[in-house]
Amino acid sequence: MDQIYQLLAITLGAILANNFIFSQFLGICPFLGVSKKVDTAVGMGIAVTFVMGLASAITWAVNTFILVKFDLMYMQTVTFILVIAALVQFIEMFLQKSMPSLYTALGVYLPLITTNCAVLGVALLNIQSNYNFISSVVYGITGGLGFLLAIVLFASIRERLVFSEYPKAFEGFPIALITAGLMALAFMGFSGLKIW
Amino acid sequence: MNFKKQFKEGLLTQNPVLVQVLGMCSTMAITTSFMNGLGMGVSVLLILTASNVVISAIRKIVPDKIRIAMFIVVIAGFVTCVDLLLQAFLPSVASSLGVFIPLIVVNCIILGRAEAFSYKNGVGASLVDGICQGIGYTVVLLIMCVVRELLGAGTFGGGLLGPDGKGIQILPSQFPAGMLTLPVGGFLVLGCLIAAMQWALSRPKKNKEESK
Repeated sequence: MDQIYQLLAITLGAILANNFIFSQFLGICPFLGVSKKVDTAVGMGIAVTFVMGLASAITWAVNTFILVKFDLMYMQTVTFILVIAALVQFIEMFLQKSMPSLYTALGVYLPLITTNCAVLGVALLNIQSNYNFISSVVYGITGGLGFLLAIVLFASIRERLVFSEYPKAFEGFPIALITAGLMALAFMGFSGLKIW
Repeated sequence: MNFKKQFKEGLLTQNPVLVQVLGMCSTMAITTSFMNGLGMGVSVLLILTASNVVISAIRKIVPDKIRIAMFIVVIAGFVTCVDLLLQAFLPSVASSLGVFIPLIVVNCIILGRAEAFSYKNGVGASLVDGICQGIGYTVVLLIMCVVRELLGAGTFGGGLLGPDGKGIQILPSQFPAGMLTLPVGGFLVLGCLIAAMQWALSRPKKNKEESK
């Protein structure tokens, strides 16, 4: 029962209260870069969710069965980034062979995920908070869903932003950041959320 | 090799944060107190310089196809060094920066400079480039820290100066808008800074066009 409560808390936290974008500042680069259209934002969000889930599982296993066992904890950062890079490469090759339609839809976003700090971030946070295997995977997937939610909402606002008027100096990134700031303010409302 | 030009580029015209818009995550996340910004800025400065030098030194023996992987390994090595050094000598800074120190690995500034500059230029130029870009990053972090800390908590120099390292109280404690030290403040302050930079950079051009 405790496990279920913990998973529920992780889920709500990762999607709403401690959203990766709005309260932890992880994965801002793709969030700003790939959010001009809703379609591409959805693609990126799904790809990130998938990679975050898989990466959490694999880095947890690597950490527990290799790094901790041989007392190599200080190699965490190097190992994790290599694992993630290899994982993204494998996913790319696998999709290319078996699901070409999905592969073309995700296109250039897949390789970009390697340098998405949300993926490395989730791997490191799992270790820091001493999650077990199931919690790690759930945290990875729900964190990705939180990212998906944020980027889709943000992209739909940005599509409308084209038609609005703002000072010339704010064109491009600044107005996007201000928008994101206001969204973060809205998401702050979830921080009082408690389920126990 | 032109030190003055590179310095001006790093600080203003090609500023990594304000103009190239790289490395946003750390810029917004950790700029809540002066000491955090200084710690992060100096760490990135060191790692950027070291990795720039190493990458430009090995650029001729690295095959083109695996260069990104090589860059990441080099960078991750230096990040681990800095992480361990911080934990050993400045544990308070290390704990308040938390997960963002290991995340320097995926900071786009470092990978971006490796790909755009040090992979194509000599060791000396890469060293200078690393230092200049690092200083540009640090200056932006410090500006953000000062603004957010002053308006959000009413203090200056948090973590470094004042009683208990909490900073010197400048605004009376009932005035500041605590919102600015929260995530919201990061987005808003950075947005305004980039807007100011775009305005400043577009001004001289306009003057020239008008004079023509």
